[in-house]
Amino acid sequence: MKKAQNRRSFLALGAATAASCTKPVATSESGAHMRVYGERSPHETSARVIRELTASLGTGSSRTPLHEIYGTITPSALHYERHHSGVPAIDSATHELLLHGLVDKPIVLTMADIKRFPAFSRTYFLECGGNSVGDQQGTPMPTVQGSHGLLSCAEWTGVKLSLVLQGVGLQPEAKWMIAEGADAGRMARSVPIEKVLDDALLVYGQNGEALRPEQGYPLRLLLPGWEGNTSVKWLHRLHFAAEAAMSAKETANYTELGKDGKAQIFTFVMEARSVITRPSGGMKLPPGGGLHEITGFAWTGKGRIARVEVSTNGGATWADAEMQSPVLSLALVRFRFPWQWDGKEAVIQARCTDETGYLQPTHEELVAVRGRFSGYHYNAVRPWRVAVDGAVTVA
Amino acid sequence: MAGLYAVALWAQGRPATSEEMKRRDLTVFADGRGLPVGKGSAVQGQGIYKAQCAVCHNDRGEGREKQYPALVGGIGSLATDKPKKSVGSYWPYATTVWDYINRSMPFDHPRSLSVDEAYAVTAFVLHLNGIVGESQELNEKTLPLVEMPNRNGFVPDQRPDIKAKR
Repeated sequence: MKKAQNRRSFLALGAATAASCTKPVATSESGAHMRVYGERSPHETSARVIRELTASLGTGSSRTPLHEIYGTITPSALHYERHHSGVPAIDSATHELLLHGLVDKPIVLTMADIKRFPAFSRTYFLECGGNSVGDQQGTPMPTVQGSHGLLSCAEWTGVKLSLVLQGVGLQPEAKWMIAEGADAGRMARSVPIEKVLDDALLVYGQNGEALRPEQGYPLRLLLPGWEGNTSVKWLHRLHFAAEAAMSAKETANYTELGKDGKAQIFTFVMEARSVITRPSGGMKLPPGGGLHEITGFAWTGKGRIARVEVSTNGGATWADAEMQSPVLSLALVRFRFPWQWDGKEAVIQARCTDETGYLQPTHEELVAVRGRFSGYHYNAVRPWRVAVDGAVTVA
Repeated sequence: MAGLYAVALWAQGRPATSEEMKRRDLTVFADGRGLPVGKGSAVQGQGIYKAQCAVCHNDRGEGREKQYPALVGGIGSLATDKPKKSVGSYWPYATTVWDYINRSMPFDHPRSLSVDEAYAVTAFVLHLNGIVGESQELNEKTLPLVEMPNRNGFVPDQRPDIKAKR
C-alpha cells in the first residue's frame, strides 16, 4: 500500500517536473511500444467465419471475408481453411518427406534438405472444390463470405517438385503420385504425373513467411489452379504408382454426381469464375443512389482471365470492367467498375471469360447440365439485388 | 551456371530404408495391393462398431445429423431427385472402405484398430448394406473381390460441359 503510494507520488512528481527535465518522461502520446511480431490495429475486426463439423474442434472450414480484402493477396491470418482431421502440431526440425514407390532411389528429405533446392515463388489462388455448394442446391448463403469464402490467394514459396524428382529416378510406369498428409486422418489424394511434372510445388512459404499451421506447416503440396483438396497439407509422403489409390477423398468425396446418377471422378481444374464482393449480400448502400465502385474477383484454373464484364440491370446489358494489372495467371484478379446508381432497385452481377475463351455460366445454365447435387466446382454467376433502401441481398 | 539448375545437385536427402517404407506405407490399391494379411467378419465387427463407431455413425450406420455421414442406404437413389450417398450406394471399391477405416477411423483416435479389427468393421459396414453375409470372412484376398453396387458409377471429367451464351 505504502509502496504504491510512493510510486504514484513519484509519477506525479515526474509529470510535474517533466517540462524542466533534460530527459523527458514517456507519455501516452508518444505512441505504443514496438512489437517483435506485428499485430493489426485493434480497430480492425475483419475475421474468418468458422464452421466446425465434428465434436472435436479443428475439423471443418473457415471462410475468408472476401468483401473486406484489399487488392488481391489474402493475409495469411484470413486465408480460408478446410480440415478433414484437425490441424496437427508439427515440428519442422523433425518433419520428413518420404518419396517412394516407382522410383529408382527412394529417399527421405528433411525440411533443411528441401530448402537447399532453388526456391520458387508465385502468386496462386486456392479454392475449395466444394465452394458454394449451397448456391448450386438452391440454398445460397446470404453473404459473399458465406457463399464464396472458401477462396483465397497468396504468394507461395517452395520448390518445383519436378526438380526434386530428378534425384529419385522416376520410373516410366509411374503415372500417378499419391500425396499423403500427416494430419490425424492421413488424408491422401492421387495426382496425375503430368501435373506433378508440370507445375506442382512443395511449398513451405506463404506471403513471405513460413506456412501457417492451418495451411500445412511445415510443408504442403500446391497444385496451381486445381481444387484445394489436392494441395495436400502437412505433406509427409509421396508414393509414385501406376494407378490412383482410389482414396476416400477421391471417390466418396470430391466426385461429382450428375443428373443421370453417374459421377465424374478426378475433376481437378477450377473453371473460370468471378464474383462481386462490394456491394455484396449483407451490405447497405446509402439510399437515394449515387456513384459507387463495384469491385470483386475473377479467377481461373486454366491460366489468365481475359475479360470481366459487369451488368447493373439484371443481365440485360454488360460492360467491361477494369482489371487491375498485372493480371497474373492462376491468381485472383481484382476488377473495378464505376456505377452511377439511380436509386432504384437493381440487380448487379459480374461474369468473366478466360484465355481459353470459356465464358462463366449462369446458375440456370449450370444446373441445366449438372443438376443440383454434383456438389463441387460450382462456378456460376452470382447476382446481387440492391433494394431501394440500399440493402443488398442474394438475387 | 545454368547447368547447375538442370541437375539434382542440391540435396539428395538420405536413402529410405525398407523398414520405414513398410512402416509408413498406408496405400491400399483397388486390386488389393497394400492390404496386410488379416481377416474379419461382420459378426466379429459388430461389437467393435458399437464401441468405436456408433457414437457418430449411429447403431446401424444411419449417421447422425448432417455432419456424421450415413454409411448405409440410398442404393438405387443416385439418379433420382433425392440422391443419397453412402458407403453402400456410392463408394466404388471395398478396398477404399478398409483403407479409410484403417487410416482415418475412429475419428478421435485413428489407426488404433488392429488389422483384423479393420477387416471386421469393414465387413460389418458392408453387411449393414447387404453387400456381404453376416459370417462371410473378409481378408486381403477376398476384400478386393467384393463388388460394390456403384462400382461402374464413375466417369472421367466431362468438362467443359457447359456452353454459356453471351
